[in-house]
Amino acid sequence: MNWLLEPFQYEFMQRAFLVCVLIGFTNGFLGAFVVIRRLALMADALAHSLLPGLAVAAIFVGLNPAGLLLGGLVAALIVTVGGQMITRSSRIKDETAIASLYVIAFALGVILIRYARVKVDLDSFLFGNLLGVADSDIWISLVICAVTLCTLIVIQRPLLLTLFEVSVARTQGIRVTLILTVLMLLIVLAMLSSLQAVGVLLSLGLLILPAATMYLLSDSYQAMSWGGAGIGVGGAVLGLLISFWTNIPSGPVIVMVLGTLFIAAYLFSPKYGIVTRALRPRHLHDESLRRWEGHKHTPR
Amino acid sequence: MSHHLILKDLTVSFNRVPAIHHINLSLGCGSCVGLLGPNGAGKSTLLKTIAGLLPIETGSIEFRGHEIGENDTPGRTIAYVPQREAVDWDFPITVRGLIEMGRYPALGLWKKFGREDHRIVDEALHVMDLEDYAARQISALSGGQQQRVFLARAWAQQSDIYLLDEPYTGLDLNARAAFTGVLHKLREAGKLIITSHHELNDVPGIFDHVILINGELVACGETAITFTTENTERAFTTRIFAGAHA
Repeated sequence: MNWLLEPFQYEFMQRAFLVCVLIGFTNGFLGAFVVIRRLALMADALAHSLLPGLAVAAIFVGLNPAGLLLGGLVAALIVTVGGQMITRSSRIKDETAIASLYVIAFALGVILIRYARVKVDLDSFLFGNLLGVADSDIWISLVICAVTLCTLIVIQRPLLLTLFEVSVARTQGIRVTLILTVLMLLIVLAMLSSLQAVGVLLSLGLLILPAATMYLLSDSYQAMSWGGAGIGVGGAVLGLLISFWTNIPSGPVIVMVLGTLFIAAYLFSPKYGIVTRALRPRHLHDESLRRWEGHKHTPR
Repeated sequence: MSHHLILKDLTVSFNRVPAIHHINLSLGCGSCVGLLGPNGAGKSTLLKTIAGLLPIETGSIEFRGHEIGENDTPGRTIAYVPQREAVDWDFPITVRGLIEMGRYPALGLWKKFGREDHRIVDEALHVMDLEDYAARQISALSGGQQQRVFLARAWAQQSDIYLLDEPYTGLDLNARAAFTGVLHKLREAGKLIITSHHELNDVPGIFDHVILINGELVACGETAITFTTENTERAFTTRIFAGAHA
């Protein structure tokens, strides 16, 4: 058992463990709504557009958590609102508009980050560094986790109506734009909380892989969000431990663990797995075949 | 208080070009109304406007003496049923779960899903003949059943007006008969059902009233009196409205 408990003797691992539990839960829970609404591309755009915001914040206020939070939030908002503006005012469709803007934003971020007042390690922005977790990171993750969970529980009904069919929700008096904006803000917050652990580029994995896995396993949105949260926590913690034992950076390991679960669900999910479906006895087909055989021999 | 839906001088435009204009009509509860007209006549536009999804340029819509305004959502009185293709049927929810969503506007954010809500949901399942499918995922339903789930949700919402956009599209003969059956059940329950429809042959069997439009109102009234060859020809062949879209 020593090998299992050993990692937790170190303070940096205890902090990393706490952060993994918090961000795994937040992202896994929220991811259900992202997957249901097919917002994965949008979430990717948000993740990429965090970089210029973080860079601007690093230039003006240094590496202060509140500044980074605000910078990331503003940059993500500019990209999403800008994307909508381009879509409405030209013939460019929304996924092209958003992809164009976020790749521009990302390039800008890479350039700007060179001018930060303090030395910024681009690698840790891009891929995270769980072992350098500070107390403030734990607090930020905790607050974001609480805010996300409470908000999603409070707006659950109007959110579900909106996600199912926007026009029907509107006729029912739901303020659809407000609800979707809140969902966007929550996505940005969740991504900011996972920056420290997995970085800008891999934060998308933490958000959508647990929910996508649950989507293959269940037909209930409650199971998707709570199960996603469970998978998120389990995957992040397991990834952290493997990273400790193998000395591989934690971000990619966490995403690989979640990715393995996703592929396993794709292959072996009891209801939707491709292998499971291929192995299932074809009872309906066989029955109709027998009936057909029977008919063939009955004289007309 | 009259149980009538009254459209007064209604005009709705896209980019300043009217899609429907100066529509005046009055429809009573307890009727099943067919909304007929050629493609581009403004059938969907009219339905969406009554549902409160499109801004009104001129005129007004009243129900039970209250005006349904541009910025005022009709709320629970009106249930809009979109075309079946507009919905993601892989949404992770069961038939019962979807019908329960019809109760959400009445419950708001906090109110608990109570005994009365469960009773209404059971009733909706019963009225729409969906009791056997309550536990099914919504993608595992046939086209006709999917349409009925929408109606069941509207029933759970306790709406008085049902607006259906081409619900018969893609339904086979049996599904059509079953669907007509539930529409007539709604009518007997005192609801007003307005359905856009493009197949003229089965109009008399489904609808007791018809609205014929082609940009403007051609005719509106009881099927037996209004649904004449002359009126349908006027709606379908004459180009009454000649606005060009920008």
